[in-house]
Amino acid sequence: MSKTLNITINGVVYEVEPGSTILEAARKAGIIIPTLCYHKDLCVAGNCRVCVVEIVGQARLAASCATPCQENMEILTNTLKVRNSRKHILELLLSEHNADCTKCYKNGNCELQKLAAEYKIMSQDLIDLVPFKAYTVDRYSPSIIKDDSRCVRCQRCVRTCAELQGVNALTVAHKGDKMKITTFFENSMNEVVCTNCGQCVNHCPTGALIEKNYIEEVWTAIADPEKHVVVQTAPAVRVGLGEELGFEPGTRVTGKMVAALKNLGFDAVLDTDFTADLTIMEEGTELLTRLKKILVDKDEKVKLPMATSCSPGWIKYIEHMYPEYLDLLSTCKSPQQMFGALVKTYYAKARNIDPSTIVSVSIMPCTAKKFEATRPEMHDSGYRDVDYVLTTREMAIMIKQAGIDFMKLPEKKYDRLMGESTGAGVIFGATGGVMEAALRTVYEIVTGREVPFENIDITPVRGLDGVREASIKIEKPLEIWSFLDGVELKCAIAHGLVNAKKVMESIKNHTSDYHFIEFMACPGGCLGGGGQPIPTNPEIREKRTKAIYAEDAGMPIRKSHLNPEVIKIYKDFLGQPNGEMSHKLLHTKYTPRNRY
Amino acid sequence: MNQTHELITELADKHGRRRENLLPILQGVVEKENYLSDYSMIEIARALDIPAAEVYGTATFYSFLEYKPMGEFVIRICKTITCSMKGKNQILLTIKDMLKIGVGETTPDKKFSLLETNCLGWCHKAPAMLINNEMFTELSPERVREILSEFMKRPAQ
Amino acid sequence: MSTTYNLKRADFIFRNENDWEKILNRTLQRDKQELINELISSELKGRGGAGFPTGLKWKLTSEAPADQKYVICNADEGEPGTFKDREILSMVPFKVLSAMAICGYIVGASKGYIYLRGEYRFLKTDLEKAIAEFDYYCKEIKFDFHIEIFMGSGAYICGEETALFESMEGKRGEPRNKPPFPSFVGYMGKPTVINNVETLAHTYTIFKHGAKKFYDLGVQFSRGTKLFSVSGDTPKPGIYELELGMSLQDFVDEFGDGDTKAVQVGGASGFLVPRKRFGETAIGFKGKLTGISLPTGGSMMLFNSSRSMFKVLDNYLEFFREESCGQCTPCRVGCQQLLIGIKAVKQGIKPASYLDNLLKLTETMQLTAKCGLGQSVANSFSSIVENFREEMIY
Repeated sequence: MSKTLNITINGVVYEVEPGSTILEAARKAGIIIPTLCYHKDLCVAGNCRVCVVEIVGQARLAASCATPCQENMEILTNTLKVRNSRKHILELLLSEHNADCTKCYKNGNCELQKLAAEYKIMSQDLIDLVPFKAYTVDRYSPSIIKDDSRCVRCQRCVRTCAELQGVNALTVAHKGDKMKITTFFENSMNEVVCTNCGQCVNHCPTGALIEKNYIEEVWTAIADPEKHVVVQTAPAVRVGLGEELGFEPGTRVTGKMVAALKNLGFDAVLDTDFTADLTIMEEGTELLTRLKKILVDKDEKVKLPMATSCSPGWIKYIEHMYPEYLDLLSTCKSPQQMFGALVKTYYAKARNIDPSTIVSVSIMPCTAKKFEATRPEMHDSGYRDVDYVLTTREMAIMIKQAGIDFMKLPEKKYDRLMGESTGAGVIFGATGGVMEAALRTVYEIVTGREVPFENIDITPVRGLDGVREASIKIEKPLEIWSFLDGVELKCAIAHGLVNAKKVMESIKNHTSDYHFIEFMACPGGCLGGGGQPIPTNPEIREKRTKAIYAEDAGMPIRKSHLNPEVIKIYKDFLGQPNGEMSHKLLHTKYTPRNRY
Repeated sequence: MNQTHELITELADKHGRRRENLLPILQGVVEKENYLSDYSMIEIARALDIPAAEVYGTATFYSFLEYKPMGEFVIRICKTITCSMKGKNQILLTIKDMLKIGVGETTPDKKFSLLETNCLGWCHKAPAMLINNEMFTELSPERVREILSEFMKRPAQ
Repeated sequence: MSTTYNLKRADFIFRNENDWEKILNRTLQRDKQELINELISSELKGRGGAGFPTGLKWKLTSEAPADQKYVICNADEGEPGTFKDREILSMVPFKVLSAMAICGYIVGASKGYIYLRGEYRFLKTDLEKAIAEFDYYCKEIKFDFHIEIFMGSGAYICGEETALFESMEGKRGEPRNKPPFPSFVGYMGKPTVINNVETLAHTYTIFKHGAKKFYDLGVQFSRGTKLFSVSGDTPKPGIYELELGMSLQDFVDEFGDGDTKAVQVGGASGFLVPRKRFGETAIGFKGKLTGISLPTGGSMMLFNSSRSMFKVLDNYLEFFREESCGQCTPCRVGCQQLLIGIKAVKQGIKPASYLDNLLKLTETMQLTAKCGLGQSVANSFSSIVENFREEMIY
């Protein structure tokens, strides 16, 4: 049993776990020490020096995030020396910063701004260094804008891209006054291996990394009487949007969200969860077809495991890093793109609207979806399937701009035809959700029975561990699926690209034998996506996860194949899952890309 | 292009393919090719299985690992205080006059590049300069002209 | 306490009696604990600039539990005005190699590295020859210790111990957070002894002649001798081994050109001592004698009255601005602010009182910077601005 340590903070004695840093001990004790480069998701850097504190007996101040507690350490967090030093550090940061806050996208949600306000930096004695620097703004990526003039060089984005995602598109380059955060050979973000996942945007404390926003374009479309603007909302948005509008993390605001969108002036408010259910039908059928081809037909060309394909960050990742394994991917489009293709064909026909006047907008927790909408193969409807992608954050901005009092909104329901969904559709927003939805349907198709879990909650696939495994044994299947009798369906779930790499390496080294894998680029799944409210941390993601599963438990229908609108679309329009119409509109192909 | 690939394979075989072998490999490429092109950085990234951005970030940290094309002979003049006091500016003027290039530039025949650098460790014999790995101290404008003339006579690699 | 020591020359480092094989062999037979005690009792402190007690460093590393340990010789001599390590490695490399091997024996390391700065590439061939000969001898006496050279590539900050480890690990030379210290977590996360070239040469002297001989030289807190790299306005530029504790006045009397206005003690990270303070300044660690301690490797740059102190400070700040790793805010932005600030005052854009703002800034840098570079800028800045204020303004 390890002994606890006794330390004193501001005169009060505390017992702390050995190995804790001063910052961790102070937080447990309810003492707030300001930080900038520190982030719960990432390793300790200790470079901003904002969190300095005084340790009695030491001449220099210590960075509390990086200094481990020692027995009998006496720490002072609020002496004159400490406050003056912190103020000076902030002044230094502001002197090399484009401090024109009114013109900054992060105005109001910027950590540097908050600290400057707290310490009342009312005047700047130091010389403004910005005119001496050749700062650039990179707007070439469809998803992310990188503005070097707002960078505080905390390196959170570099650590995120390296540790959390394993993509390493960003790096620190040069030294001294030329030190900057940039990409390989300082190319623009769209020219390097960036997967557009937006985790860097989520972790950036200032406006140095922001999403490319399309708010004005959407307002213009809504105002245009000739245009019929349709909006779809992703599952994860309904458990994140509340945070931007005054609610606690993990509050479900589905009804209010729909009401707000109607208020904003969208002609139809529909649900991506509908196409999530559709994806399950298509992907489930695809999986069973592959299994049949391998087990019965012994077709060598068909490969297992099958990997999900709804996360565009993951897709770009595998295209760069493992292009030789692209045939593992399901050919299904993501729910967003399926929706886009259908809205300008099925929906247009049913509502008798000229598809060229339809503007298809989506609200996503994701920045990679902005890239996905621009992919050249996403034009199967004859037009660009999804015209604009807005993040959860952008939607909140529009709601505020419209002067809507979100908290007072009544609950409203989605419009018909592509607005009905099931619990299986909504859990797409959490890691493990796609897997669970797929298993609920596939198992029932094959055996005629519900999955053998209480309440059909497949708990083994849930949780926030980076890589999870689960298996379901198929017993006593229906006659036509007899070839699956006794087969143990092995599944894996990975979220965060660094975990996707682990699973891909196990496939490469033949140390795993999965049949079906769900890959999500973002930690936590879509609910932790690059477009979700900032800040993000493990506690917030856990609350959002609980909300998603609560939403699922509360839905009247919880299996994709029982969604009446899904049944209708096959009857009226698509025919069969994986049929000719489906292949035309709902399936896609992938592009191998350079690794470097 | 292939030459670079072979060079890197050779260096990786000699030094190893782990992250801690990166610096000797970068140095090896700079020695043979005078600088690190984006192609060579990508090949190094491939050989060591590390991200290309990391190779770039590490290389640009070190002043002697050039990532812009350099001449065959890189002249580095010390600009730290003692050399500065002892006449480095005259030396610089002499070189600029002889080679017709400024600091940070390369001659059109790609033979010489001119850079300034920090303390070379010869303060008692200032002013000093490095040309590639050769050290020249107690410089005067006349000596510099002699030295550069000798280098100009050297055959191209 | 007045300083009454005249310059006392010594000749331990460069005197080469070609007896390294004998000394090495003899020392390797002795008890490890006894060797540590000998080193501690000599009161040898690091000669690279930080001045950490060498015996203590070796003791801590020997006690750290690990499956692998390292001995690294820090030859990344980059402090302006310092050139003694180059000379040691050219003239008496075997003393350094033997010292590394003895250290390896004591702490339990079988691998040693010499981190040689890129600017000293021309030393590599001869040094490799010496290492080959050394290796051969070690094989003969069946002592398992191998030394390799690791070349630097032009980065002053890599002289900082943790930045050096990062560089050897193939990364940017950015200093790490301390604690943990190198004796516990060093190169590749293993306990590492990292010593300056000169420090190792002194340990050789101690093992050859005994700690008392070393201890008897110098003064309290500053035992033994030190190599001084003398340059600037002096008729006798070069390297001199002198006992510590001498008065700066005596030094200037010996090495000045008769018109010495100021001496920069310890390079750009050190202090500028003006003429009026020569008499009350002694050169050594722990400035109870003086107020000045010797923070770096013995660099002594002399300036006569023709030199502009503004240009000197400008030169130092330019150096730091370029060589800073750029990681931490106070150093990265602070160095830029200081340089631009003194230029602005000189040009009249900012009033003379702005210098006081800058002095306060250096205090913050001293308190909050992550490593010695940012922490030491205050030394030269404050000593120059306080003693030569008029030169900053007019």
